Amino acid sequence: MACILTFVEQRDGKVRKGSLEALSEAKRLATAAGWDVCAVLVGSGIEGEATALGSYGASAVYVVDEERFARYSAEGYAAAVRAAVERCQPEALFLSATALGRDLSGRLAARLLVGCIPDVTALKLADGKLEAVRPVYSGKALATVEPGGAKPVVFTLRPNVFAAEAVGGTARIEKLPAIPADIRAVVREIVATGGGELDVAEADIIVSGGRGLKGPENFALIKALADALGGAVGASRAAVDAGWIDHAHQVGQTGKVVSPSLYVACGISGAIQHLAGMSSSKIIVAINKDPEAPIFKVADYGIVGDLFQVLPALTEEIKKLKS
Amino acid sequence: MNLCVLTAHVPDTASVIKVGAAGNRIDETGLKWIISPYDEYAMEEALKLKEARGGTVTYITYGPARAEAGLRECLARGGDAAVHVKGGEATFGDALAVARVLAAAVRKTGTFDLILVGVKGVGSDNGLVGAMVAELLDIPHVAGVTKLEVGEGSLTAHREIEGGAEVVTAPLPCCITAQKGLNEPRYPSLKGIMAAKKIPIQALSVADLGLDEGTLAGAEAGCRWRALSLPPAKSGGTIIPGEEDPAGAARQLATLLREQAKAI
Repeated sequence: MACILTFVEQRDGKVRKGSLEALSEAKRLATAAGWDVCAVLVGSGIEGEATALGSYGASAVYVVDEERFARYSAEGYAAAVRAAVERCQPEALFLSATALGRDLSGRLAARLLVGCIPDVTALKLADGKLEAVRPVYSGKALATVEPGGAKPVVFTLRPNVFAAEAVGGTARIEKLPAIPADIRAVVREIVATGGGELDVAEADIIVSGGRGLKGPENFALIKALADALGGAVGASRAAVDAGWIDHAHQVGQTGKVVSPSLYVACGISGAIQHLAGMSSSKIIVAINKDPEAPIFKVADYGIVGDLFQVLPALTEEIKKLKS
Repeated sequence: MNLCVLTAHVPDTASVIKVGAAGNRIDETGLKWIISPYDEYAMEEALKLKEARGGTVTYITYGPARAEAGLRECLARGGDAAVHVKGGEATFGDALAVARVLAAAVRKTGTFDLILVGVKGVGSDNGLVGAMVAELLDIPHVAGVTKLEVGEGSLTAHREIEGGAEVVTAPLPCCITAQKGLNEPRYPSLKGIMAAKKIPIQALSVADLGLDEGTLAGAEAGCRWRALSLPPAKSGGTIIPGEEDPAGAARQLATLLREQAKAI
């Protein structure tokens, strides 16, 4: 039976949400087409996580559980996933478009000499053919992309776009034999930045600040609202280039392209490069003192006013609503 | 130390994008073209390494005739040689085909200690070419590098991941993809621009590399852009005046977000 194989990413032994989204999407497509869904889980001491993948639709989970896969390496993980590909001969391979997934997908696709369609936001399976839609030109356009002939074509799915849903079911767990891998690029350590706070690429709610904040200290206002909403702190290029906040927070064409369910832009006028990075957000809120700011053209809701007065008031209102 | 920088020539990030007549490519009329912004970080890092360690910097691009201007811009900042593989319209957007061409061009051009490329080419936004080229050349890679130290025969790189960075070591030869934060790219000097004009750009065809572009875009394509469209335009947002009563506007917004948008 034709099958979609999903690579399931874990960090510190915990399966990441984006992978469950990818697995769920594989299941939705496969169910309609009468295909099968398999998963591959790679790491060390992670075998226990495999069982739960059955409830997200995997009928088989291939487990590569070895000490030297405890930390990610593109070369090692490519060898491990390739072993699963050889085992189940899938039509397609899904990964979540995380930092790891985006990296691994390229190495793996080149190793298998197959195409890779990254960062997709919609998928279709009709007449046995998969087709994807993905934002290009940083979201200023959408490309409909069809895979070439060599299988399995690799797709990475943008986090927060596809729903993760437990559908019930059990998976057959199959441990793969030891995998030879020549790992040259080795992760020696992982250093946390920003005190382990939520990354904009993964956040479902983002509050971003721009030039209108007037100085780095005023990101405290953004952080307070983000905390009240349970979201992440983003920034415009202007704020990053001024040195007010680290580039990891930058949203836009030369930063991260995000699609959260709520995006709040504060003191951001809305340069085309910034709009490209966030205009696919489900709900956009703009707070800006200039009623002519381009950000209002893409906003679902907005306040024309002084963010130094509006933000603290809004944070209080959100806290009240949530308590 | 021999360094190779892979660059792409892309529409200015401020460009308004329209769909072209073919339906699966952009309309290039009136566009301004630039070196892909992330490639500038790759280039700067290569030039800094050359200044510190000696050696050469070679640029390679794969693109149509206009991409030559991009190579001239690269050379104006420094560097020793440039190779222009002509073509790329048919394979545009297919990272596998692009990587196969670039890997073959690297092989044909020389032996390099380090290959540098931007974390993604702005436009196709694939972010795959570095890892693919490395795999095809059978060398290690580190993607999304924000800090790099190159030692004798090996490197240590910080690679951006969600909420942190991986510290990665790898032997040379290696490929890295440059992320913003790695350095501050220099501007070309007038002297550099003049000197760049004297450096010949080596022109190659895809066939010179032993590959067939028709096959790369056809039977052996990794993927094809079938259609291009513009995202639906938004309109009719609810904009609340908040100059007079910021607290009242905030209250109204919070209520709308909760009850109408169901976003909180």
